[in-house]
Amino acid sequence: MKFLRQTLAIAAKDLRSEIRGKEAVNASVSFALVILLLFSFAFDLEPEQTREIAAGLLWLVFTFAGTLILNRSFARELVNDCLDALLASPVSGAQLFFGKCLANYLLIVVVECISLPVFVIFYNVRLQRLGLLFLVMLLGTWGITVIGTLFSAMTVNLRLRELMLPTLIYPMLIPALVGAIELSRVFINGGSLAENFIWFRILVAFNVIFTILSLALVDIVLVG
Amino acid sequence: MRLKIILALSVLAGLILAVNLYRIFLVVPDEANQGAIFRIIYFHVPAVITAFVGFYLGMFCAIGYLVNKDLRFDSIAASINEVSLVFGLITICTGSIWGRVIWGIWWTWDARLTSYFVCLLIYFGYFMLRRAIDDPSTRARLSAVLSIFACVDVVLVWKSIEWFRTQHPGPVLEIRGGGGMAPGMEAPLWWNFLALLMLATALILIRTRQEGVRLEIDALRREAHAF
Repeated sequence: MKFLRQTLAIAAKDLRSEIRGKEAVNASVSFALVILLLFSFAFDLEPEQTREIAAGLLWLVFTFAGTLILNRSFARELVNDCLDALLASPVSGAQLFFGKCLANYLLIVVVECISLPVFVIFYNVRLQRLGLLFLVMLLGTWGITVIGTLFSAMTVNLRLRELMLPTLIYPMLIPALVGAIELSRVFINGGSLAENFIWFRILVAFNVIFTILSLALVDIVLVG
Repeated sequence: MRLKIILALSVLAGLILAVNLYRIFLVVPDEANQGAIFRIIYFHVPAVITAFVGFYLGMFCAIGYLVNKDLRFDSIAASINEVSLVFGLITICTGSIWGRVIWGIWWTWDARLTSYFVCLLIYFGYFMLRRAIDDPSTRARLSAVLSIFACVDVVLVWKSIEWFRTQHPGPVLEIRGGGGMAPGMEAPLWWNFLALLMLATALILIRTRQEGVRLEIDALRREAHAF
């Protein structure tokens, strides 16, 4: 219970500071819109082709835009040595990590909820099973968040952290992204869920494995 | 002592490889469907097993560092991972050559190839991370965590042949339930594996020594700066 309360306190702190400053969310939403614009130049598509690649485009946008939020997650604590203060407080590394995860998760989901309708309008895609697509978004985003937050903690003190984070996490995220893209494709294009259920299992397994692993190892990353 | 071991391993590996090359090219007949190109399996499969064994050993050394906080474990882990990465690249190259002849393409985004490529990218990231950190104990700590994460991905690679429908040839060796190779044809493969393992060990010993020396030089440099 105490674990949850302190975790939520960290998450609330992060969300409050983001709501007041809005620096990460603003950057992330703008970046998502820019990528959507660039895609329209990169691919000159027929409506049928758009439907085919919509799921892939969507997840690329989510991942790229999400990285901006993840990058800021621990970096914002560097000013005034806030990270040291947080580590010295009675909050454990796992609580700090999990709290930040929750805050990042909410922020990325917000960015996704803004960019999804924009994508639907710009690219004239009709979504078939919106509820299930949203479920996949929630699952896939958790995978991105949990890996991204841990690696954000790992790279926070590095010189090239803005470059290091994407280079390290994108390959790590591939199983989750592939699962999310395949499932989204089913929900955007229509198709049998039973045939693609394996991707759902991969996505859930990825989330469970890496959440446990991150919680177990985060103290080593943060404290040593 | 270390030098003698390195020499002995290299000479033995060289001898086994020489005998094996003779057997592979002159004794073993062409495969019925693939012809001469099938011989690449004698290097492809041993290299991939060596790489995987190395990545796992690297992870155990990384865990060893996290438990003991002894930088020697980190040196060994880094050396093992580096040598394994080289064997991983050998696997990709030999596989590509085989694919060009049999499939007609250098590369295909089939599940196992992709996962393997991802795995190598993660290990490239491992070395990027190591280069970006100056403090030896922070470097050891963070790269140990990354090594553990990477090995979980290696499991996904290994299992992916069962999980995904794939273009990659199914299991061929007897221990993986394949049973598709004649006994006379399979033996050189295991001998090659032994030879590559010895070669890898020799390379790891050399790299570990270099890492140790580097740590020593770094410490001396810091000491010199302190005065």
